Amino acid sequence: MAFLKTKNTRISAIYTCVPSKIERTQDYEWISLQERQLFTKTTGIIERRVASESTTCSDLCFEAANQLLNDLNCKDEIDLVLFVSQSPDYFLPATSIILQNRLGIPTKAMAFDVNLGCSGYVYGLSIASHFIQSGNFKNVLLLAGDKSTISTNYEDKSAFPLFGDAGTATLLEFDTDAEDWFFSMASDGKGKDAIIIEHGHSRHPYGTMEDETIEIEPGIIRSKKHLKLNGMEVFNFALKEVAPSIKELLNFSNQEIEKVDYFVFHQANKLINDSVRKKLKIEEVKVPLSIDYYGNTSSASIPLTICKELSNQVLDENYKYLLSGFGVGFSWATVLLNLSDVKTKMIEYA
Amino acid sequence: MNIQEFISIIEEEFDEVEKGTLTPTSSFRQMEGWSSMHALILIALVDNHFDVLLTGEELRGLNSIQDLHDLLASKKALWLS
Repeated sequence: MAFLKTKNTRISAIYTCVPSKIERTQDYEWISLQERQLFTKTTGIIERRVASESTTCSDLCFEAANQLLNDLNCKDEIDLVLFVSQSPDYFLPATSIILQNRLGIPTKAMAFDVNLGCSGYVYGLSIASHFIQSGNFKNVLLLAGDKSTISTNYEDKSAFPLFGDAGTATLLEFDTDAEDWFFSMASDGKGKDAIIIEHGHSRHPYGTMEDETIEIEPGIIRSKKHLKLNGMEVFNFALKEVAPSIKELLNFSNQEIEKVDYFVFHQANKLINDSVRKKLKIEEVKVPLSIDYYGNTSSASIPLTICKELSNQVLDENYKYLLSGFGVGFSWATVLLNLSDVKTKMIEYA
Repeated sequence: MNIQEFISIIEEEFDEVEKGTLTPTSSFRQMEGWSSMHALILIALVDNHFDVLLTGEELRGLNSIQDLHDLLASKKALWLS
């Protein structure tokens, strides 16, 4: 486990943009009504937002970022554009560079992409705060999200009803009065096959077989271009790694768990979050959810949950937060930080 | 923990199972409407109650409630069957 401490960074705004189209679990006719009910009970997912065919993750991030930059009037002061996503616009160039231009951010800005999913938001915060803490960079725009629904197959009950689309924009700035942030991060590539899109990149370039769907087991039909999810392996990984890594971070930061006001976990599955919560003996009110109405939104899940459930709390100055992302890779990361005077906004993409 | 106490915990967690109907030889896989979701619930139950992490592979190798109980007992020496 890597432990890091950064300073002089504060978050000043978190904006989230979701598509307006809603898909409800109860309407997912590929599985029986009884299975749908059990699915909602277990995962917590009632409905989720799905982007149209022509909308990309970068479109959602653009909308969130554009409104943020206009509201805060800081377009010209952005030093770094960071795009954390596993659904970029193109194989190349990097989507962050396209967004720099599209948002009208000056060319003096640095821009690069980070290819991470569930853990990506916390990784993004750690990268951004490292650039900021020296004082060389004053403002970083962190864009995080995914259009996961582009790679799931309707006839695959193990993945299709889980994912929602969302794009987020977070503005981080240099502030010498900010309290220190504490991170723990880890990676385990042994879990690479648990969540994977096997074909379409260098290891298995697109050929002719990608359109061929195969029945893996009853209710699970997909091709090699689709996202494959082994729910049980991911579940076991989360049960094994998340709670201990949070305990270790609290130990590293010399902080008692009771002093943390809110725990914002990646939203993969309510059963996972409940289990982690019970292991750590955290009260339910301290663990907000967004999976109920948005599904698993990958790297957008943490900022989306903050916008949905904690918009008043993050304006206040007295709360301490622990944000934890875990999943695809496997990769997991947690940060302990204070948030105050953070402007939030939920936007619907028409 | 004996097998009856273990059965009570499982019956408590699964809404679909009528209380008093499971026996040590019951196959959980043959419970009405058994799905991969139930497997997750079972893994979470075992983790929460007994602090034992059950892999998908281990679960696939089991059939009856007794099998599950015995595996947990072997993983946790404290158990009495």
